[in-house]
Amino acid sequence: MVYLSLIVLIPLAALFIKSATLPFDQIVKIATAHRTLQALWVSFGSSLIAAIVNVVFGLIVAWVLVRYKFPGRRLMDAIVDLPFALPTAVAGIALSTIYAEKGWIGWFVGANGPLHLGWKIAYTPSGIVIALIFIGLPFVVRTVQPVLEGFEQELEEASATLGANRWQTITRVILPRLVPAILTGFALAFARAVGEYGSVIFIASNIPNKSEIAPLLIIIKLEEFDVAGAAVIATIMLVAAFLMLLVINLIQTWARRRYGDV
Amino acid sequence: MAMYEEDVAVYDSRRPNEPTFAHSRPTTEPGWVKWTLILIGIAFMALVIVLPLVVVFIEAFRKGLETYLKSFSDRNAVAAIQLTLLVAVIAVPLNLVFGVAAAWAIAKYEFWGKAFLTTLIDLPFSISPVVSGMVYVLLFGAQGWFGQYLQDARIQIIFAVPGIVLATIFVTFPFIARELIPLMQDQGSQDEEAALSLGANGWQTFWRVTLPNIKWGLLYGVLLCNARAMGEFGAVSVVSGHIRGKTNTMPLHIEILYNEYNFAGAFAIASLLAMLALLTLIIKTVLEFRYGDELAGTRGH
Repeated sequence: MVYLSLIVLIPLAALFIKSATLPFDQIVKIATAHRTLQALWVSFGSSLIAAIVNVVFGLIVAWVLVRYKFPGRRLMDAIVDLPFALPTAVAGIALSTIYAEKGWIGWFVGANGPLHLGWKIAYTPSGIVIALIFIGLPFVVRTVQPVLEGFEQELEEASATLGANRWQTITRVILPRLVPAILTGFALAFARAVGEYGSVIFIASNIPNKSEIAPLLIIIKLEEFDVAGAAVIATIMLVAAFLMLLVINLIQTWARRRYGDV
Repeated sequence: MAMYEEDVAVYDSRRPNEPTFAHSRPTTEPGWVKWTLILIGIAFMALVIVLPLVVVFIEAFRKGLETYLKSFSDRNAVAAIQLTLLVAVIAVPLNLVFGVAAAWAIAKYEFWGKAFLTTLIDLPFSISPVVSGMVYVLLFGAQGWFGQYLQDARIQIIFAVPGIVLATIFVTFPFIARELIPLMQDQGSQDEEAALSLGANGWQTFWRVTLPNIKWGLLYGVLLCNARAMGEFGAVSVVSGHIRGKTNTMPLHIEILYNEYNFAGAFAIASLLAMLALLTLIIKTVLEFRYGDELAGTRGH
């Protein structure tokens, strides 16, 4: 307990106190500066898109892993966790190499590719989204998977006996039961994506107001010895993290009350 | 009569090539849906997760084995690898001890503030690593709370090894506890109670009963913690100061090499960390396969 408060509590308290010692109008000034708002917007916006993509594909991956047998299923199950284990800096340089103009995918969708699409991914805001999809995917899969595994097949059978076709069974019986897990996975992926730094800075061009994420802005402010400014932004992100944790807990309480288990 | 024959004809024509009356068990999807979903799943995973991993190794070996090996003889690279190992050697055992203690307290006892403690343990997961690193700058940095005192005592924490260790401990703290809590809650405390009633003391109970029960979960927690400790970037980046050959860990060294367009070198070091990640996953899969029931929550993070 003492260890925990030494390692976790005191540092966090220091952060709050640091930003609380500033006069209020200065806090507002830092928090509403154009560059701060833009960075927060980029961070939260791309995290939102990435989390939505992850929910869609994470759901498919979890479904496929639980419901079907096919060659390579075990392997697929194992590598879902790779983004947890792979250091973010490694992911960052690998992703930016792939999506850069001369990289495999970057070339394919770029102006010189076979389709002449002219898309640029690396060093643009969409690169940020790609990196955030990579790090967020396991959160959705790993929260939905156990719920799907524990799902009572009797409910599906009952639904089918009552004349529902498969599509109706899935959308009206299965998906509603998965909603709490999906929301939790979404929130976890979102929270992680908002704070992500390592993988994003390599693939984003880090242009202020355009592709500069909030964690990077904190680092820049620290390097400029603007500790107060950094503390204010960090506090905003910390409050956001607290809120996300709270939301996750609320979802789980709500789900437990509604379905008994989960 | 005619109608009857028609029926027979229809019936006969269906019979040979459509034995699919059992076609749809009502609780599964038609074959084409199934395979489309599987293909989407595989394609997405290949594109998003496998491809980056493959690229790391391809880029690392692009200029041949010789360049690859030469990247490791660089003095700064060696220093970075040594520092990373040192940090992991300090941070992982500390978190091991306290992770087990925290999981033990949460899983086996009821006490006031338990929910709060659980949230605290989860906190480093949802806080940005940059913020985690920054709080240590606020505490120990030159303008921080203890900054003046530390300067007088000539102790340097920020932009030195102790800061890196502290930030790493903070970031990797939840891994072991998180892995153990669901496992220990699952197992309950009957085994321990039995041991105690048979006359074992607390210490014996822990070593002979609790520890063997959780050993595989613990091993996996340690592996994850270790992988993260060696690979942590954001938090360490804030406190390290990026002094080459002195306070650069492997991930930070990768960043420097990459920004200098020394891609072969950057990917060579990255390949080491990628191998560590792969090893972690392989051991995890093996453990799950062999001791599935002894390794409860595979919930993510």
